[in-house]
Amino acid sequence: MYIYDQYDQTIVDERVIQFREQTQRYLAGELADAEFLPLRLQNGLYIQRFAPMLRVAIPYGMVSSNQLRKLAEIARKYDKGYVHFSTRQNVQYNWPQLEQVPDILAELATVQMHAIQTSGNCIRNTTTDQFAGVAADEIVDPRPYCEIIRQWSTFHPEFAFLPRKFKIAVNAAKKDRAATLVHDIGLYLVKNKTGEIGFKVIVGGGLGRTPLIGTVIREFLPEKHLLSYLDAVLRVYNRYGRRDNKYKARIKILVKALGTELFTQKVEVEWEQIKDGATTLTQEEINRVTDHFSVPAYEALPATSDQLAQQLADDPNFNHWYQQNVNAHKVSGYSIVTFSLKPTGVAPGDVTDKQLEAAADLADQYSFGEARVSHQQNLVLADVKQDDLYPLWQAAIQHGFATPNIGLLTDIICCPGGDFCALANAKSIPIAEAIQNRFDDLDYLHDIGELDLNISGCMNACGHHHVGHIGILGVDKKGEEFYQVQVGGNAGSDASLGKILGPSFAKEDVPEVISKLLTVYVSQRTPEERFIDTYRRIGIKPFKEQVYAKAH
Amino acid sequence: MPKLIKNQDIIDDNYQLLETVPAADQPLPEGNLLVPLTDWLENQQRYNNHSGKVGVWLDSHEEPELLAGQAQSLPVIAINFPQFTDGRGYSTGRLLRERFGFLGELRAIGDVLRDQLFYMARCGFNAFAIRADRCIHDALNGLKDFSETYQAAVDQPQPLFRRRQMQAE
Ligand code: HEM
Ligand code: SF4
Repeated sequence: MYIYDQYDQTIVDERVIQFREQTQRYLAGELADAEFLPLRLQNGLYIQRFAPMLRVAIPYGMVSSNQLRKLAEIARKYDKGYVHFSTRQNVQYNWPQLEQVPDILAELATVQMHAIQTSGNCIRNTTTDQFAGVAADEIVDPRPYCEIIRQWSTFHPEFAFLPRKFKIAVNAAKKDRAATLVHDIGLYLVKNKTGEIGFKVIVGGGLGRTPLIGTVIREFLPEKHLLSYLDAVLRVYNRYGRRDNKYKARIKILVKALGTELFTQKVEVEWEQIKDGATTLTQEEINRVTDHFSVPAYEALPATSDQLAQQLADDPNFNHWYQQNVNAHKVSGYSIVTFSLKPTGVAPGDVTDKQLEAAADLADQYSFGEARVSHQQNLVLADVKQDDLYPLWQAAIQHGFATPNIGLLTDIICCPGGDFCALANAKSIPIAEAIQNRFDDLDYLHDIGELDLNISGCMNACGHHHVGHIGILGVDKKGEEFYQVQVGGNAGSDASLGKILGPSFAKEDVPEVISKLLTVYVSQRTPEERFIDTYRRIGIKPFKEQVYAKAH
Repeated sequence: MPKLIKNQDIIDDNYQLLETVPAADQPLPEGNLLVPLTDWLENQQRYNNHSGKVGVWLDSHEEPELLAGQAQSLPVIAINFPQFTDGRGYSTGRLLRERFGFLGELRAIGDVLRDQLFYMARCGFNAFAIRADRCIHDALNGLKDFSETYQAAVDQPQPLFRRRQMQAE
């Protein structure tokens, strides 16, 4: 993991002092609400339905066991004993007191954590693949580049008051696990013909009111130019992005208004002027940061463990879990384990202080003291010896992490919705729960296979409903909560946006609607097809007909 | 006389800001003036004849490119922040300093508050007309929020990663 040096620590410590002082001025009436607003947002502090909400950054999803313990301690001391993992590799506290936020930040700083730029109209936490560095299908580890971007974007003086929020995602594997194409800037790490490392640059993706898939503006950017190119894109956006209407202020609208060609030209013209300046990355710096993500002390192990094979044969429940929650590791004898934070009856992504501490202990015992957070709101132990999988699984059961549903229908991405969020049109957590309750038969879930079901409580799309194979959106009809259902979305490298099925449904009807969609899939699929593949082959019509068919 | 933060000090502001300029047949006010960019570009003869010094001010949407080649002749350039959340002026400031070689007084005007000063200073501003209802002495503290920064900018043209490297060598 990246470890702060004295410079990084100084910056985070000085931020705590700055924010403490800003909070004091606000509480003393020296700062108006409107003036405090962008300051607190740039520190992840919202005023929500019941209390302030504090969003803490987990840069590119990496978290150490000590940091997990600190998050647990804060949950206990300042909140109601749990935290919420979000779709942006952040965690949220739903009940802190405004007066105590500076103290929370001070505690976070002791473990090299912060809430810097987790909200507001600035460059937000950069996200990546939760399997970064251990995935077999990876070109190069994206995390050093994410850290380089983190430093560059932290208190970037020119881009602290952008027209709108700004999100960057980096992916380096063949399979895109970071929803890269629906970010303001998406970066695919690539190698060119001569083996040089660089980036394919994608701009203008995003969800929300105007969902769009990003467009490629540069096929190959040599790695040393990463930051100057980002500077150029951001400068064009800062200067020419709309500021008159916050719904039209995202970079995707600018790219659309200018057209990709003109937008790209503006960026390239700007970049030409700055590309060889001091911001050009040095190989020493890339190496320095890369060294922080060096390979842990793996043991030399055989590719397959006989012991594991025996355990899988002996225990069908373990086998189930292994099939679903364990992924192949690039190092022989190791596996990647995903802890499901989606057992039925718990808000997707919610974890208690005790669970966090348990996860920290397990990370220490089995995975070099590190964990990762996925944008699907789950927790990953990335470096587990195959021989340790069985005891780890047993411990995971004890702590409620072993639901074998990763990638399945009940592994729902879900925003906080009307239970917490002041912007919601409808609740989303109870919908997730109703669906989990209805589909609690594991054999059936396995038979259905890979399926992303995403729920948002309003069109801001925090729950990524547009890119769910099935997406559910809470809508308000004359003060009543209804749910619009979409099908055909996908977040991977072949990203697509879902299409609305038709008129929305009452809360009670949602599980039945999902059931009908699955019936169509099951009756139409070929043996190899996932839900999304069948949808892409047969189109929306059969789904629509089944769902809206009059009862006989 | 109104006050101004300039080069980390509080001084008298001896420029008068003209939001609009008197018609051509009317006299200009006495003394040093800050005049709108477009007007200055169109009526340079008039300002050359003025007895006081003349600087220009740009609104947040106005492009510093309009001053290319001429910025260096001006004693003061002011950039308006109609709202403190309008961040275009930060890019304008950097461009004036880094691309158009402006060395004179770069002044932030409009909705200028303590909590923006650190970033503004990094983008090349060295003068700040703090919003009238705020304490200018308090605002001065805003320049000292951080002792370290990551990026290259006007105040520190070497990004931290290069300075780190030099330290290590
Ligand atoms: C509870 C307080 C929250 C508020 C007030 C909030 C607000 C918003 C708003 C206004 C947008 C739309 C922005 C735009 O399109 O310009 C948005 C988008 C988004 N939010 Fe949230 N959000 C909240 C919580 C969350 C949570 C808990 C998550 C993750 C579970 C999340 C992740 C996202 C994502 C992924 C988007 C879509 C980004 C895009 O448009 O590309 N937000 N949020
Ligand atoms: S999608 Fe809407 S309801 Fe859900 S968290 Fe985002 S803003 Fe709130």
